[in-house]
Amino acid sequence: MTPDIIYSGAGMVVFAMGLYGVIASAHILRKLVAINIMGIGVFMLLIATAHHDTLIDPVPHAMVLTGIVVAVAGTALCLWLAVVIRGLEHDAASHPSQ
Amino acid sequence: MFREMSPSFTDTHASTLPRVARVLVASVITAGGAALLLATLRTDKAPPELAVLVSEQLATSGVENPVTAVLLNFRSYDTLLEIAVLLIVAIAMQPHASSQPRIVAPSTNNESATNLVLTSLLRWLIPLSVLVGGYLLWTGAYAPGGAFQAGAVLAAAGVALALTERYQFGWQSAGAQWLISAGLAIFIATGIVSGMVTGTFLQYPVTYAATLILVVEIAATVSIAAILLQLFTRLARADVTSPHTSGASS
Repeated sequence: MTPDIIYSGAGMVVFAMGLYGVIASAHILRKLVAINIMGIGVFMLLIATAHHDTLIDPVPHAMVLTGIVVAVAGTALCLWLAVVIRGLEHDAASHPSQ
Repeated sequence: MFREMSPSFTDTHASTLPRVARVLVASVITAGGAALLLATLRTDKAPPELAVLVSEQLATSGVENPVTAVLLNFRSYDTLLEIAVLLIVAIAMQPHASSQPRIVAPSTNNESATNLVLTSLLRWLIPLSVLVGGYLLWTGAYAPGGAFQAGAVLAAAGVALALTERYQFGWQSAGAQWLISAGLAIFIATGIVSGMVTGTFLQYPVTYAATLILVVEIAATVSIAAILLQLFTRLARADVTSPHTSGASS
């Protein structure tokens, strides 16, 4: 039972740290890393709930596995959008009249 | 590439929030986090109804690993939509012009320095990665493993290959587009075919479940590997200092 508590509690702490990072940092990359940290907190909580005394619940495991892949895809899309935003800002900076 | 100057990218260290607001946010989040923590620790766990259900039905799923059974049989909608999400991201990050008719070709950039350590290491590492990927794919039916793990290993091999800068990838080529969409296409086709037999979309007939899951997993592995590699190479190639070559300007 104790490992469950440690994992759930640590997941919550990691989630809160990520949430602070999302709000308090200005840079897009920092926000993105913070969002990923929040996600890791949620995954830790889900994995901890999967553990029962006699058997392991495979459903949260499958959800976390799905979540990891979706998080990777989402991160890549966010990075791509950051690149697009930077390209637009670069355009605006080099052609101030437009 | 993100270090270069640009209005919203200049402030790399400090927060834009004033100190008071940061302290306020930190204390609110600490309080909220403590409440969440207490709630998590005090709530009793749900009884393992789903776990019991899965272990009872495992024999009908076609695989022995309960996680794979959930991913590709009992809750295959989740996995189908997940591969769809990957494909959507891959489409969003497609390059504009088709300058390269083949998926992989030797790089035309002659200036790329040959990294002797990397290239010699990859001669061993890439065949090994393909072997490990294939093993993970096959073992997913019996033990931890499966399409995502195998796809990630194969994509990592591709990333290492991309880092040598000796090859260029043509993500606009017909072959690459087949590769990235094969997973979703075969998954949907399997769902429709099994739906015609059993009457429910993605409900596999018990006798053919193992074969169908293997077919879907092979297609998903190939697509996941190709899409992850595309995401990496597109981001690594994103050169925003010249916005019209970045594919980002439209």
